Amino acid sequence: MTESFLAPKIVIINTRAANVHSVDKALRKVGANPVITSDPEELASADAAVLPGVGASDAVMTALNSLRLTDPVKQFAASGRPLLCICIGLQVLFNSSEEGDLPGLGLVQGSVKLIPPGMKDKLGNKMKVPHIGWNEVHFTHGETERNPIFRGIPQGSHFYFVHSYRCVPDEQSEVAATANYGVEVCAAVVRRNVIGTQFHPEKSGSIGLQIYKNFFNLCFSTKNNENQPMAN
Amino acid sequence: MLTRRIIPCLDVDAGRVVKGVSFVDIQDAGDPAALAAFYNAEGADELVFLDITASSDERNTMVDVVEKVSSEVFIPLTVGGGIRSVDDMRKMLEAGADKVSINSAAVINPQLIEECAKEFGSQCVVLAMDVKRNSDETTKRNNASEIAEGISWQVYTHGGRKPTTLDATQWARKATECGAGELLVTSMDADGQKTGYDNNVLSQIADSVTVPVIASGGAGALEHFYDALVYGKSDAVLAASLFHFGELRVSEVKSYLESRGIPVRKVE
Repeated sequence: MTESFLAPKIVIINTRAANVHSVDKALRKVGANPVITSDPEELASADAAVLPGVGASDAVMTALNSLRLTDPVKQFAASGRPLLCICIGLQVLFNSSEEGDLPGLGLVQGSVKLIPPGMKDKLGNKMKVPHIGWNEVHFTHGETERNPIFRGIPQGSHFYFVHSYRCVPDEQSEVAATANYGVEVCAAVVRRNVIGTQFHPEKSGSIGLQIYKNFFNLCFSTKNNENQPMAN
Repeated sequence: MLTRRIIPCLDVDAGRVVKGVSFVDIQDAGDPAALAAFYNAEGADELVFLDITASSDERNTMVDVVEKVSSEVFIPLTVGGGIRSVDDMRKMLEAGADKVSINSAAVINPQLIEECAKEFGSQCVVLAMDVKRNSDETTKRNNASEIAEGISWQVYTHGGRKPTTLDATQWARKATECGAGELLVTSMDADGQKTGYDNNVLSQIADSVTVPVIASGGAGALEHFYDALVYGKSDAVLAASLFHFGELRVSEVKSYLESRGIPVRKVE
């Protein structure tokens, strides 16, 4: 990595989701100076972007469509610049979701399905949907070393989840991490420069901030080594 | 495996925490951000801030509190007290709250739950309910493991001052149908008694809804947390003064629960 002091421009895509501000605060905590925007031109000029989202996938897709951000987000992803997608931000990367009627961005092939309700845990209690709380995350083999976004995150770390639907990528190799909630829940997806987490790193304490720190570092290195392709 | 959550609750009056932590040396025990940082370090899985400010002109101070706390502490934050509209809720969420709890306002106008859930998603909407047993006959405490049949609970509003005609379980079901994503159930009978959570009402409610239930009111000893999670079938346990006065530490509760086979998040 070449040493550089050129700070990357990180844009938080304003889907009007409730976690936009939490993502902003987490990035600021690790030293970034992000811009919250729904302006396609701002996005186009960014070095990296975050797509947050909570609530319902149709709400995020409706926001992207009405703000004319759908194609700009796709173009951004295709450009190779880092794109971090959180929770519903991850789910809208897929082709479709059982939750909504609107098609997703189709940046990751696969679908989003309801977590089957009514299963029991080992204490015999009903497992609730939504899946709310801190769950253990297992990175697929070598992911923590191979992918800079997960550097320094111990296997089995707890992250905070809030969701009712789970992502099912067609390509198993794109599953970067999983969690167990009766069924296997896809906890993170990595497809080249597009990274998505089902959990909320901005709400997962210091271990979650580590992911934002890694993301910030990644933005630095991709900005300053533009000719160097990213890992994977 | 999903862990059970331990949640300290802090009362805030005009921007200051009342009954703040008194057992460790925090420079300003009334500073919400300092206390939030303390509980975060202790391993709290989530925090609840309850605005008990009486005068409405000071209500905006809570927005500043949430703004400050959420800039420094990165665990889920629920804010309650005095939320009466979608706009009230938006203010808190924009300031950095992850969830907002509504209580009396939802009883007066159940549509509020629906409006908030539609606007922000169910995961943001916590329905808080204060419940009291209907019959004195059954108020003698059951063993934690004996879940009694045939008892009912009534919902109260305005901090337990006003009785309603609502049955606790029916209200719980109705609220989740309207879109509440979690229920925070406080037993007025158990609250402050330190003899344990009311596992009867907790399990009855947990059995009748599909969303997570947070147990509140009555914690006094380590086993009470276990009982609420196992017999009360709760997903999370909340306590206030027990933690503030250092009678038990969050970390102690977690080690205890772990030793009894309850999955908890390891304290970093």
